[in-house]
Amino acid sequence: MKKHLCVAALTAALLPAFTACGGSDDARDAAPATTTDATDATGSPTAGAAGATDLSVTDPWVKAAPDGMTAAFGTLANDGTDDLTVVSAHTAAATSTELHETVENEDGSMAMRPKEGGFVIPAGGSLTLEPGGDHLMLMGLSAPVEPGTTLTLTLTLGDGSTATVEATVKAFDGADEQYQNGGEH
Amino acid sequence: MSGGPRWDRRRVLRTGAAAFGGAGAGWSGSALVANGSATAAPADGRTPVVGPSAGAETVPVVGTHQPGVDTAPQAHLALVGWSLRAGTDGTGLIRMMRLLSDDAARLATGTAALADTEPELAAHPARLTVTFGFGPRVLRELVPAARRPGLTDLPPFGRDRLDPRWGQTDVVAQICCDDPTTLAHARRMLVKDARTFAEVRWIQAGFRTARGTVPDGTTMRNLMGQVDGTVNPAPAEPDFAPLVWAEGDGGDGGFAGGTFLVVRRIRMQLEKWDRVDRVGREVVVGRRLDTGAPLTGEREFDEPDFAATDRFGFPVIDPASHIARARSADPGERFLRRAYNYTEPDPARSSGEDSGLVFLAFAADPARQFVPVQRRLDQLDRLNDWVVTIGSAVYAVPPAAPPGGYVGQQLLEGIESVTTGESSPS
Repeated sequence: MKKHLCVAALTAALLPAFTACGGSDDARDAAPATTTDATDATGSPTAGAAGATDLSVTDPWVKAAPDGMTAAFGTLANDGTDDLTVVSAHTAAATSTELHETVENEDGSMAMRPKEGGFVIPAGGSLTLEPGGDHLMLMGLSAPVEPGTTLTLTLTLGDGSTATVEATVKAFDGADEQYQNGGEH
Repeated sequence: MSGGPRWDRRRVLRTGAAAFGGAGAGWSGSALVANGSATAAPADGRTPVVGPSAGAETVPVVGTHQPGVDTAPQAHLALVGWSLRAGTDGTGLIRMMRLLSDDAARLATGTAALADTEPELAAHPARLTVTFGFGPRVLRELVPAARRPGLTDLPPFGRDRLDPRWGQTDVVAQICCDDPTTLAHARRMLVKDARTFAEVRWIQAGFRTARGTVPDGTTMRNLMGQVDGTVNPAPAEPDFAPLVWAEGDGGDGGFAGGTFLVVRRIRMQLEKWDRVDRVGREVVVGRRLDTGAPLTGEREFDEPDFAATDRFGFPVIDPASHIARARSADPGERFLRRAYNYTEPDPARSSGEDSGLVFLAFAADPARQFVPVQRRLDQLDRLNDWVVTIGSAVYAVPPAAPPGGYVGQQLLEGIESVTTGESSPS
């Protein structure tokens, strides 16, 4: 299980948004961001009821792209006692946002495809979305996604609750894996 | 060799370091050696680590100042100069500084940068600091006059032989670290995140004695062999703050806690220096080579006696020597030196190397504090026969990033944006 690192206090310059952030066991984490703190600092995050209050997103970021497709990453942590499932994601910056996993094709190459059943974050555990692994895929970008800006993502959980995340856009040369049905992102 | 004043000064330096958060306080090099020699090597043959690991030490940001100015100099330097790309406007610079400030804050604590492709290389911060500055063009074009720090280009100096390759840039980052691998990673991360907005014009690498080789607080030696930087304000001294930190320069107080950085790339003509014997070398500078003491004194921090004469009636310290020419009766003509040695391979030279000093000086007002001293040295300094300045630049070093903000925010968006927490939408 990946250790839950909550570095909000260190990264305030980029205003990462959190719905909740507890249970950190990292000594550097002097001031874990909570729903209240994050809301005060950014005015942006909103958490629906139920499962979303147990979800925290650490270090959300999006690969910069001039047009077409791109991907979003970060660490999703579940502080609750029940498993959480992210069933869908949305951003106004793209016409559609999908939950993807990276799998090995029959020829041994890696490709990404929609994740059946969504992203499951086990109780007390976390799921890292990263290049080469699970990620959110943003398709049909409505405008260039530019480095140093932020992009708002809404995650919807299985119980219908939602969490809003401000992800930092960064230039990134990796994360160019093939999409299973053809195109690159 | 370790006389009273020297150790008094070291205590002052230690106290100062502790006041700035503990970095550099604590164990000394000599204690480390003593403990290490008394400890038997474990069965696996690895060298035991005695005392706190130097790699784990961090330099916290304290108060209104960026780190890396009053920080005891780390062993390694990468000074990165960027030119903003043609399309980078004020909004672009804000975005760039947001990304770079976040990288710097994370890496300084041993945390990987966001989207760091080599997170393991961030694990040992080794007192990493990143200090950002803006060049005169950025101030003129991207900072409104009402909050623009008063920085102008240095006046021309007759002896300078400036190579445009090492010239003024729009943005600078002084990256300092006790570990060269950690430093290289930080440099690469910052350059990667800046490249959308700016291109690297130069990178000036520099070094001092490795951490632990000599006791903390020992004055550095340059590559001519001289003790270099004896007369330097220490953070614990009352003069330090007024000499280094700008007050409200810029009108609205948004630059309070900032400073200015003068960068001078000084090439040493070591082939020529090789021809000078020890007596000649000491006359040139006015200090002994072994202890760094003035030729009229016994210990490094003894006050030079410029009136002292030898048995023939000649001054003991040549009035044209480096220390005589650098000295001013005006206590305002002082500044903080934070220089690093440099050596680059250069097969075109008989020595095979281009070596010298990346001279870094921080001052609250370079025109008042630095320029008069440099004018005197430019007019006459025996050392000039062996050194030549080939690069020159000046920067405004903003105060520390405000809480939740980025370095330079007070200048680029105004102090109101800091108090309200409203950074401009991107």
